[in-house]
Amino acid sequence: MLWGSNARETHPIFFHHLLKGKQAGARLFAIDPRRTSSVAWADVWLGLEVGSDVALANAIGREIIAAGLCNMAFVQRATSGFEAYKAAVEEYTLTRGEELTGVKAEVIRDLAHSYARADRAQICWTLGITEHHNAVDNVFSIINLSLLTGHVGRFGSGLVPLRGQNNVQGGGDMGAIPNKFVGGQDVEDPELRALFEREYGATIPDKRGWHLSQMFDGMEAGTLRAVYVLGENPMQSEADAKRTRRLLEGLEHLVVQDIFLTKTAEVADVVLPAAASWCESEGTVTSSERRVQRVRKALDPPGQAKDDIEILTALAHRLGTDWGAPTAHDVWEEVRRLSPWHGGMSYARLEALNGLQWPCPTDEHPGSPTLHTRLWSEPIEGPRASFQVVHHSPPVDQLSEEFPLRLTTGRRLDSYNTGVQTGGYTSPLRHGERIELSPEDAARLQVVNDEVVRVVSRRGAVTAPVKIDTGLRPGLTFMTLHFPDEVETNILTIDAVDPKSGTAEFKATAIRVEKLNVPEPVGAGGGVH
Amino acid sequence: MEAVPLPFVRTVELTIDGQAVRVPEGTTLLHACQAMGIDTPTVCYSENLTPVNVCRVCVVEVEGSRVLVPSCSRPAEPGMVVHTDSDRVRHSRRLVLELLGSSVDLSTAEPKMLADMERYGAVPERFDTGEMTGHGAKATVQQPVKVDNNLYVRDYSKCVLCYKCVEACGTDAQNTFAIAVAGRGFNATIATEFETPLPDSACVYCGNCIGVCPTGALMFKTEHDMREAGTWNESAQKVTDTICPYCGVGCTLQLHVQDNSIVRVTSPHDHDVTEGHLCIKGRFGWQFVQNRP
Amino acid sequence: MSKNSTCPSLWARVEACTDVDLHLIPGATASHDEREAIDAALDGARPERHLLLPALHAAQARVGWISPGALNHICARLSVPPAEAYGVASFYAMFATTARAPRTVHVCDDIACRTQGAEGLCQALTDKFGAAGEDASGLGGAATWVRSPCLGLCEQAPAALVQRAGEARGDEAVAFASLDDLILAVESGTVRSPQQTLAPQTESPRDPALRLLRRVGVADPSSLDDYRAHGGYVALRKALSMGPERVLREVLESTLVGRGGAAFPTGRKWEAVARNPMRPHYLVCNADESEPGTFKDRVIMEEDPFALIEAMTIAGITTGCELGYLYIRGEYPKATARLAHAISQARTRGWLGDNIMGEGATFDIELRRGAGAYICGEETSLFNSLEGLRGEPRNKPPFPVHEGLFHKPTVVNNVETLVNVLDILAHGGPTFAASGTPGSSGTKLFCVSGCATRPGLYEAPFGITLGELITLAGGVADGRSLQAVLLGGAAGVFVTPDELEMPLTFEGTKAAGATLGSGVIMLFDDRVPLGDVLIRIASFFRDESCGQCVPCRVGTMRQEEALHRLVAGRTNREGEIGLINDLAMVMRDASICGLGQTAASAVQSALQKFPLDSLGPRLATPAGPAKTPEAH
Repeated sequence: MLWGSNARETHPIFFHHLLKGKQAGARLFAIDPRRTSSVAWADVWLGLEVGSDVALANAIGREIIAAGLCNMAFVQRATSGFEAYKAAVEEYTLTRGEELTGVKAEVIRDLAHSYARADRAQICWTLGITEHHNAVDNVFSIINLSLLTGHVGRFGSGLVPLRGQNNVQGGGDMGAIPNKFVGGQDVEDPELRALFEREYGATIPDKRGWHLSQMFDGMEAGTLRAVYVLGENPMQSEADAKRTRRLLEGLEHLVVQDIFLTKTAEVADVVLPAAASWCESEGTVTSSERRVQRVRKALDPPGQAKDDIEILTALAHRLGTDWGAPTAHDVWEEVRRLSPWHGGMSYARLEALNGLQWPCPTDEHPGSPTLHTRLWSEPIEGPRASFQVVHHSPPVDQLSEEFPLRLTTGRRLDSYNTGVQTGGYTSPLRHGERIELSPEDAARLQVVNDEVVRVVSRRGAVTAPVKIDTGLRPGLTFMTLHFPDEVETNILTIDAVDPKSGTAEFKATAIRVEKLNVPEPVGAGGGVH
Repeated sequence: MEAVPLPFVRTVELTIDGQAVRVPEGTTLLHACQAMGIDTPTVCYSENLTPVNVCRVCVVEVEGSRVLVPSCSRPAEPGMVVHTDSDRVRHSRRLVLELLGSSVDLSTAEPKMLADMERYGAVPERFDTGEMTGHGAKATVQQPVKVDNNLYVRDYSKCVLCYKCVEACGTDAQNTFAIAVAGRGFNATIATEFETPLPDSACVYCGNCIGVCPTGALMFKTEHDMREAGTWNESAQKVTDTICPYCGVGCTLQLHVQDNSIVRVTSPHDHDVTEGHLCIKGRFGWQFVQNRP
Repeated sequence: MSKNSTCPSLWARVEACTDVDLHLIPGATASHDEREAIDAALDGARPERHLLLPALHAAQARVGWISPGALNHICARLSVPPAEAYGVASFYAMFATTARAPRTVHVCDDIACRTQGAEGLCQALTDKFGAAGEDASGLGGAATWVRSPCLGLCEQAPAALVQRAGEARGDEAVAFASLDDLILAVESGTVRSPQQTLAPQTESPRDPALRLLRRVGVADPSSLDDYRAHGGYVALRKALSMGPERVLREVLESTLVGRGGAAFPTGRKWEAVARNPMRPHYLVCNADESEPGTFKDRVIMEEDPFALIEAMTIAGITTGCELGYLYIRGEYPKATARLAHAISQARTRGWLGDNIMGEGATFDIELRRGAGAYICGEETSLFNSLEGLRGEPRNKPPFPVHEGLFHKPTVVNNVETLVNVLDILAHGGPTFAASGTPGSSGTKLFCVSGCATRPGLYEAPFGITLGELITLAGGVADGRSLQAVLLGGAAGVFVTPDELEMPLTFEGTKAAGATLGSGVIMLFDDRVPLGDVLIRIASFFRDESCGQCVPCRVGTMRQEEALHRLVAGRTNREGEIGLINDLAMVMRDASICGLGQTAASAVQSALQKFPLDSLGPRLATPAGPAKTPEAH
């Protein structure tokens, strides 16, 4: 099951493996509002309405229960909350599912039965699940399905969130999230905190920090007045770009550490030029499959750019703390001391074995290709996995007569995020930013390919040329965030944020498209309608 | 629960060059030879692709077989008696290499191929006919280099038609099918539909064709330009393994660096994440670190 | 929220899910005619890759070439990537992948036709219309002429084939072509000298011993009833009553071996497939008769098509196949039409399809045309061609009985082989085995062409000597003396006038270092420049090599070049012979398939048996308007 993921373009090498599975006889169900190049390979496409993922998952779950296809042995032994879940999804009949998602009942049924009956089944997802105001609910609704069927914790079965960058997983694992130390250890756990305080020789606040959206709220409230940004370009990557700009520009002090003078760096008080971590410095990254791999220095960084560790150490020194001159290896040894997940991952082993998957606590441990196997041990180790009751919640930015079209966003094969890196090479596949319209909408608007139109949301307007895409249904439109300098798509997007993850609802914006009678230069931003 | 019991592996015993050897059932003769330390020349074989057995340079003699058999794709059978260095084998290997050398520009071919030519005494010049033109003159696959995009070039004067690029573009990896073998016989070429330039074709510039090309017919534009300018210096290059920054899959990139600039990118064929294959961003998207003022 | 469930266009697109993210050629759209022709060819069938060749044929037949728009339409309908479809289209000689005149006259300049002045005709056409492949001058792009390899009309040489795109009358052969005939064909597409059937034994006084040819010239090939009136469908009825096991035993006991050239025991092939537990099984009739000098299957298919249909039905039922493919070479329009008619007659009668003859068996035949590729006569290439892939041979093993068409167990039999089965059922396996010689049972069809007095198709029991057969054909024409005989076709062997005592059996020819091959007996009189023949043979292989393996792809080119130099006497002969021998060895030892393995066979035999001096220019070849043989 490929859910909210255009892996053909966003995770091409993962898709190679997926196609090998298909060649070997696996069935592929693609769940995506757009008929993407990934969907083209699917045996079955579920072209659901943007933001109806919970409804679909619940309908699948209800059908699995109703058809008696639950793995009850697993449910009873390894999970909790089943009865509440069962009661909650009762209303999501196939008919109701079809109403909410736009996917035909028999197709939902086919997926439910195929998933439940399969010997092995995986659900892979990307930002189509997580860039919603109810991102965490979306994920819970998917996890519920794996618990219902026991498709978790076994080789070949599982839940696969495909990470968008080489170290999204590793960043979190290393503690670069508000509530965790390295190795997923809770900062609010006094015992753990004590351990880390001993190691660091410093006092650590006993409450978790803020995630990104909370920080912006803090800026809005005036409680956050200085920000240190490392390797992010929020000026262009955050939803509702106008608000972001106002808040960042309103800070008392902004420090940006980046490999480029990004739009964010341009408004910073201090810019710290950094080395590109993947080729100008040493260290490790952790992939989607929890595989820790070595990155190595192949190039000397340009000009005054310095390795992140060097910058941070120098900064610490200026602040009155001497951390010495640690190498990446020294830092990694600290990680191994503090994180049970990583204890067995020496540089030597990582190099010899092409990386290791955590948990890998000891030097003898082979790493863990499959997670959650504890759910299958007899009796289960640790707590039961709990069902989470979640309900359908349509996108915040509702369609109306004034804004009748749904804009969703995503990546294209040859480009990446705000284009800071991919802008550096010339791709024959690249045609700049375009608003993709269904043939029906294009006909209704009387616009043709490459014609420049005005795209208006409740927050702002941009102009962009049209691309007609037969993979879009009427009412659905698509843009990327790759070319903010030409077309600032985030002028349009809404910063409705998932309260748990802090991710904005990039996937669902209400817009209208206006035909321009006078040619207008591409990309000119407009005021609020 | 995750422990999948290993299936019982049957073995077969055969004789290679007079030595008895036991290998797991399904082992190809090529791998059986490798296990015995017998060096077998290959051109169209690659461990990350399905054997197509078209170059015929890996042929061995199997007693009882009328013709020589391609070791890359022939599984070992019980009782087989195999000769890897008989006169017939040596003759065919020499001739195949001579025929390739006589028709194709091998100046940038893998060193192993050139070493094998030496080893088997291949003298492609035997087929040269001096100044002769018209009937009887030696045909080659000489043609202009195709430069139709900024990422890689195609010089089919160097193409030995090993099918590797087609396989990498096809079901063995990328499944894009932008290229196929077109035409027939000596005029067969690797082509897009109607030889349309790459930007109009299905090509997605993953460069996996370059990654498997044994002769340099497919080449990074950077390498091509540096060779043209006379600045390409492989001995001054350092290869560093790192991880691609562009998504969470964790593809190993081998950065080939000359004078503090990346000049091309490969991935190890035996890496279980990439199997040697990358996408456009990993293969070509590194320019941003060296767009220096 | 918009309701896509109420949007029919969306769900229509779901149905069109392609299983591959196709990228079509930008901006190329099929014309109305192309679309109509392609859609008609694909009508009613599940859109699958194996329909690629029929779809390409439809486009070619309508507009005379495979345009980017037509290719796009085919690719979209069949979910085939355009590069792959182009690779297939460009593989076949009968498909043009650049705009070509709708009318194309393929003039055979192969070895048999060369003995009857084909080269002179080509020269004259060049003078009249310009070079081969160019738009014929003065016709405003309406026509062109091209040189062609053997068209399988060797007994009616010189021959040509007129491809008439967009015309209801389709393609048609020209026999005994004069220059005027060819000019008329190029200028108007009119065929003034159509092909005939030349089987001298079937003419009065008719040879009463004929078995394979017994209905030729007697039964109406378009009438199922007439076929029955001449003993047709007795064998099938008998087979149905005997059951597969007993039929199989009869075929095993008959010791019948394949007539396509490889001489593999037919019964063993059938048995291997019949016993293979994997399903489905397929039957393939190899009617891609393309060996230069061979036309035996064409005559059977044209004059006794029901015999082949009946024999295939028996083979299919016996080996557990429910579907048989009849793959006929693209240059046989007349045989194709007659077979198509026969198949539809048999279906109508209930003798193909479900519940055949009311006995419960199911078997049907799909007729598929090749498109001009000698290599597709190689069984595994033929499978690839049927599957919509390039006609490149596969490595063997696995053999077709284990992994053949669509990678399922497959029986592949030649036309002549299959037709023998009718006799085996009529008279019993042991009786059949007792005929001919101990090593070669039954009778054999011989294709006599070249400088014979009465060229044509002959049937004779195995064991007849070469000399006797030549005598049967009236000896060498025009009272000339015999210089050489080519046995078995371009992949065969030259023999000298000293070898006429050779018995024509598998074992007899083998003992003499020759081969029976497909039954080609091509005579060369003392005027024919053998060097020219050898070069034509070499260029045939160079042209027909699929290009897959190095020994054949480059080796056939180098062989042809060396022969040119040798015949021209331009370099040291010993050096050239050394090269040619080296090439012969690598092609024979290391090529993937029989094409490469035999590409040097005829050349080698000639160089061994004939003095080098005989290779150079000889007396003038007969040129210009061809003579008409006596039997005409």
